[in-house]
Amino acid sequence: MSEQDVICSVSDVELSFAGVKALRGVSFDIRGHELFAIIGPNGAGKTSIFNVLSGVYRPQAGDVHFDGASILGERPHRIASRGLARTFQNIELFENLNVVDNLMLGRHHHLGYGWPWAIAWLGRAQRSEIANRRRVEEIIDFLEIEGYRELPVGMLPYGVQKRIELGRALAMEPRLLLLDEPVAGMNGEETEDMARFILDIRDELKIPMILVEHDMGLVMDLADRVMAMDFGTPIALGTPAEVQNHPDVIRAYLGAGDEDPVIEEVS
Amino acid sequence: MTATVTSPRRTTRPPRGRPRLRTAYRQDMALLNTPAKRRSTLLLVLAAFGVPFFFTDDLLLVFTLGLIASVGAIGLNLVTGYAGQVSLGHAFFLGLGAYTAAVLGGDPEGRLIGYGLPMWVWLPAAGIVAAIAGLIVGPIAVRLRGLYLAIVTLGLVFLGEHVFREARTLTGGPGVGRRGPDLELFGIRFSEGGSLFGLGLSRDQQQFFLALVFLIVFAILGRNIARSGVGRAFSAVRDRDVAAAVIGINLTVYKVMAFAMSSFFAGVAGAMYYAVVGVFEPAAFGLLLSIQYLAMVLIGGVATISGSIMGAMFITALPRIAQEIAHLFPVISTSTVGGGIINVFQFEAILYGLLIIGFLIFEPRGLYGIWMRIRNYWKGWPFSY
Ligand SMILES: Nc1ncnc2c1ncn2[C@@H]1O[C@H](COP(=O)(O)OP(=O)(O)OP(=O)(O)O)[C@@H](O)[C@H]1O
Ligand SMILES: [Mg+2]
Repeated sequence: MSEQDVICSVSDVELSFAGVKALRGVSFDIRGHELFAIIGPNGAGKTSIFNVLSGVYRPQAGDVHFDGASILGERPHRIASRGLARTFQNIELFENLNVVDNLMLGRHHHLGYGWPWAIAWLGRAQRSEIANRRRVEEIIDFLEIEGYRELPVGMLPYGVQKRIELGRALAMEPRLLLLDEPVAGMNGEETEDMARFILDIRDELKIPMILVEHDMGLVMDLADRVMAMDFGTPIALGTPAEVQNHPDVIRAYLGAGDEDPVIEEVS
Repeated sequence: MTATVTSPRRTTRPPRGRPRLRTAYRQDMALLNTPAKRRSTLLLVLAAFGVPFFFTDDLLLVFTLGLIASVGAIGLNLVTGYAGQVSLGHAFFLGLGAYTAAVLGGDPEGRLIGYGLPMWVWLPAAGIVAAIAGLIVGPIAVRLRGLYLAIVTLGLVFLGEHVFREARTLTGGPGVGRRGPDLELFGIRFSEGGSLFGLGLSRDQQQFFLALVFLIVFAILGRNIARSGVGRAFSAVRDRDVAAAVIGINLTVYKVMAFAMSSFFAGVAGAMYYAVVGVFEPAAFGLLLSIQYLAMVLIGGVATISGSIMGAMFITALPRIAQEIAHLFPVISTSTVGGGIINVFQFEAILYGLLIIGFLIFEPRGLYGIWMRIRNYWKGWPFSY
């Protein structure tokens, strides 16, 4: 795959909820194994983009292509099996299950055995469970969560849960990974660890990512390209430096109103 | 990433103070994944096979019915405990299994429709017919959840009771009923006394052995479902359906599958149960039966196989337990007429209510949770490591 192959493209997506426009005219491409960040104030529509991509919401207009095919209107589990994985802004782990089971669930569509094999627990089911367990252990190693394996995830600290959710997404062996605020609520050290994992995912595993994050430092350090959103509309797209200094972005972050003097001061 | 099957990386960093280190994933995933579990289960099974030689026949019958009810409880636990879909319709599937077996295995010369087919036909058929009904009902569960699903499945019980009452040529109708099929497998007539492996055994002893083997088989199948990708998917659908879908689980397929599997267990359990009971009536498959099974799951332990068995044994023995208690307290009369302040049936109903409320408040993990506590206590008792 060449650097510039487009894995995912979103074109002119419109999404509204009973009159509230959540997204309007959203378009962008994800190329190669870039780290694409989406920023914007609260309610800008960042999570809504993820929900459209993963099939949780269906947009009223526009199109979404993934890996060469339109996935518009496809159900979430179908899109997942095409290789789209995500984490959630508010952790969505299976709290009652332990870490291994949560990650094994990430490998659900790699299992390759159906219910008859499951009931009989014969050769194919056993072999598949062992092979997939081995992959899960690799991810446990990668994310340095060995000590938590057998514990129900609901009992674990918030920062560790965030990591496990990333692990579950990685276990899917995705072709595109969506991270919704992976460092929100984390302390400095946890944030650094997470940043390191994200860089490793891009550089070692070569998985393209879309990162939604309010931590500007992190975004500016990690992202290859950034898209800024406000009120459901993309207002800037470019390198971190370009977007950071874009007048509309500054205005969006500092709030509307008597904007001109403010921009003069900042830029 | 150098881990291999036989020496995965985890073995290089053993958690301190844990000699029972598992060295392969296969061991980790085994049916009974610690030597202690294997040993105690083996002992328990051996002890169970000894039971018929130490108890009277009337008690044995209670145990036999408990063993069979366990299979039904495991079934309900699959759909309600593992997959999180509260079903009040279990009685319907039990009834469907019971009547399928009675019709297929029934006397062809008799007053009612019967085909005289052998047990190896009527038993699986009872499961399959119930499972097909589960497949038909399952899609409703895809659209509804929680209380709404409970109410709709409740409707199923009323519908079933009505059909069972009206289909007199199949069920005998209310007040008359019909016989369950004969328990005869591999030439052994379990419904009659006789000799088994050279031992002279009573009917109740024989039926106990049959029920025990029946439960062992279905408990293993239940455990297999629970520990496989299917069981994990059930739990995922139960805990967070959006996240489950987004990681690639087809919610529709797994919700329907849970219903179908649960119904299969109910079907075979219903067939066996009423074959042991003998004559049964349509009124047996009312709401009360569904509630009893829910009580087995709640009291035994949600989403555990061993809990389902404990709950089923306990609930099946409850009328007997209530009777024994009633004998101790004169305020509880042992007949429906006169004496005491309440009669034994009212007492039993109160006991049910108290137990369900008590467990929900004090030990939501049920008997299984109590067992875990006892086990952990003894595990740590003076330095058992
Ligand atoms: N299910 C829904 N029903 C109704 N409105 C919704 C729904 N989901 C999102 N919205 C609305 O769409 C808009 C965008 O929400 P979204 O969650 O995408 O914002 P966000 O950029 O992720 O914000 P935050 O930074 O706070 O996470 C908001 O106005 C929100 O209220
Ligand atoms: Mg958001």
